[in-house]
Amino acid sequence: MLREVRPAVVMIVCLTILTGLVYPLAMTGLARVLFPRQANGSLIEQNGKVIGSELIGQNFTKPGYFHGRPSATTDTDPKDPSKTVPAPYNAANSGGSNAGPTSRALIERIQGDVKALREENPNTPIPVDLVTTSASGLDPEISPDAALFQVPRVARERHLSEQRVRALVASHIEGRFLGVIGEPRVNVLKLNMALDALGAR
Amino acid sequence: MTVNGWFQIALFSAVIILLTRPLGGYMTRVFAGERTFLSPLLRPLERALYRLGGVDQCVDQGWVSYAVAMLLFNLAGFLVLYALQRFQALLPFNPAGQSAVEEGLAFNTAMSFTTNTNWQSYVPETTMSYLVQMAGLTVHNFVSAATGVALAVALIRGFARRSASGIGNFWVDLTRCTLYVLLPISIVAALFLVWQGVPQNLSAYTETTTLEGAKQVIAQGPVASQEVIKMLGTNGGGFFNANSAHPFENPNAITNFVEMVLIFAIGAALTNVFGRMVGDQRQGWAVLAVMGVLFLGGVATAYWAESAGNPEVAALGVDTIPSALQAGGNMEGKETRFGIANSALFATVTTDASCGAINAMHDSLTPLGGLVPLFNMQLGEIIVGGVGAGLYGMLLFAIISVFVAGLMVGRTPEYLGKKIEAKEVKMAMLAILILPLSILGFSAIATVVEAGLAGTANAGPHGFSEILYAYTSGTANNGSAFAGLSANTLFYNTTIGLAMFIGRFLMIVPMVAIAGSLAAKKIVPASAGTFPTDGPLFVGLVIGVILIVGGLTYFPALALGPLVEHFAMNAGTLF
Repeated sequence: MLREVRPAVVMIVCLTILTGLVYPLAMTGLARVLFPRQANGSLIEQNGKVIGSELIGQNFTKPGYFHGRPSATTDTDPKDPSKTVPAPYNAANSGGSNAGPTSRALIERIQGDVKALREENPNTPIPVDLVTTSASGLDPEISPDAALFQVPRVARERHLSEQRVRALVASHIEGRFLGVIGEPRVNVLKLNMALDALGAR
Repeated sequence: MTVNGWFQIALFSAVIILLTRPLGGYMTRVFAGERTFLSPLLRPLERALYRLGGVDQCVDQGWVSYAVAMLLFNLAGFLVLYALQRFQALLPFNPAGQSAVEEGLAFNTAMSFTTNTNWQSYVPETTMSYLVQMAGLTVHNFVSAATGVALAVALIRGFARRSASGIGNFWVDLTRCTLYVLLPISIVAALFLVWQGVPQNLSAYTETTTLEGAKQVIAQGPVASQEVIKMLGTNGGGFFNANSAHPFENPNAITNFVEMVLIFAIGAALTNVFGRMVGDQRQGWAVLAVMGVLFLGGVATAYWAESAGNPEVAALGVDTIPSALQAGGNMEGKETRFGIANSALFATVTTDASCGAINAMHDSLTPLGGLVPLFNMQLGEIIVGGVGAGLYGMLLFAIISVFVAGLMVGRTPEYLGKKIEAKEVKMAMLAILILPLSILGFSAIATVVEAGLAGTANAGPHGFSEILYAYTSGTANNGSAFAGLSANTLFYNTTIGLAMFIGRFLMIVPMVAIAGSLAAKKIVPASAGTFPTDGPLFVGLVIGVILIVGGLTYFPALALGPLVEHFAMNAGTLF
């Protein structure tokens, strides 16, 4: 049995160096050379300032912007570090609501969201992704239906024609890969940046 | 359910079947010690490791030495990982300034990653330094996977060899699996993931000002290198709390597809390794067929349940019908880019294997959608399974099946020319019974003590499901969770830590004993009375045994959790 102690120690040390340091550090170096933008988090700059990552959703609340999905991320309570407070789209603490399907809190939350959305656009059915929290709380995208649902509000707030805003949404729909894999979707941050550019023109 | 959804599921299955043979052939050569196209590059490194460790690669170990070597290696790894977490504040690569991980959590995490479980009681981005993520967690993603594969290969040798005293050399199997199989695939796949948007850097978290002018701190890190091996080694421990649902771990549907393929690749290929090593590839395909049937049953159930969605949400006037412009169904806890089909598929794949990575929150699945991952794990994760662990778990069921068939016709059972006798059946039963003992035992305790009940986030039957899921996931070394459960407490860290230990090592030791005892046997030539183990009859029999054993053991517990909740949901009851 003692015969096996030396290889046990040597192997864990050597494999730690190989797979735990050489491999990730070499990958970091290679990634930086080959794909510098992605390796650093696909950050988006505007006027020389980093305004976010195209892969990470932001907490849009102003009526003139398209909104992302509800987010259940939290942050530690500044008043009491043992507690947490809601902090939507907290990109340093990802996570979902973990509400089960028969959770009263879940149904009441959706009820509230449905009521608000009904007032904003009474004529269109509410797409389910617009009233459900994403798994990461950082979902950068919404379904095309969820974007189209918000067109009347955004057009009203921005004094643009609905037709124009709808065309903008349509041009931002990303389809399935090869027409097969994944789901059609709209990146909210990119759409809102295009919306700002539209207004500025 | 949509045609496109089914097409995506079919495409995934086809890719796995196409990969099984070539990867199986390559791995067979690796474990036979033969030359491969990577040998010129890796052979010198391999030799250097043996020289440093004083390993004589020609020594063939008996089952006891093999098991001892495996256990000592895992003990050493456990201690290093525990120490790294406790001292991370004093060590480099810690730009976020994480402080030492406290004892209970460090124990739980070290046990979790040593056993290939990757249960995470912590939020990674606020707990672990980059050094722990790389030199601790990533390392165990490699070596716990290599340990599992080594054990599976040792068991196959038990079947393949005749009148042999040894079942291979653990150090050689461990080293060759890491160097020739896991590392090369990881390097290629990691670069692919970076290309698709997965970060790989050592920078501090990025502070940004959003379009609306709010502050957003974006967690970063060496994600891609860990993400790949987390899938390939069926480990599942996320770099971020949201795991593969996080856009940085899994930015789009292609990366999602590749990640799912990585989960199944080695486990499926091992069935082919098995066939090749026992000299009849059809034996391997028969095992894969059993896995395939159970896999499709799981996917179909989960996809149907998640597409149907939550009637209590639909009752509020929300549109849950899938269309070309929205996924519909139950989108709570799911990401837009994955929708329903890819979330249901991922949940099935990750629990068929012992991966435990998630791309949707399992806690928010519909009751029957959540029952599928739960039941997959309770069957012992034999549907493709954890790398190595899945194959040896399935072979235990195959042993029980030929035993049952032997009882029916009154003959001594044989499998692949080896007589299955009292010792093998006892050991197989021991290994199979360990799982329910730990799962049901710990769950029962947690539902009556206050420390257990305090952890549930959901009330009613769903709360019970959370507890049952935790011990199922721990014992089965999966690592996924109904994550609402507050598991970072002394009670849960300790009991789930023990469950992980029991589920891994108390299953492995009887399994290695079977390997040793089989290797020593002669091969009995097949006769007219031999029950063929490569045909549909055998496949059906094994599926039957698995479902009966699994169903009888877990039905009462499942009835109290997901089944009750399903009927409650349809009746409009809330908790």
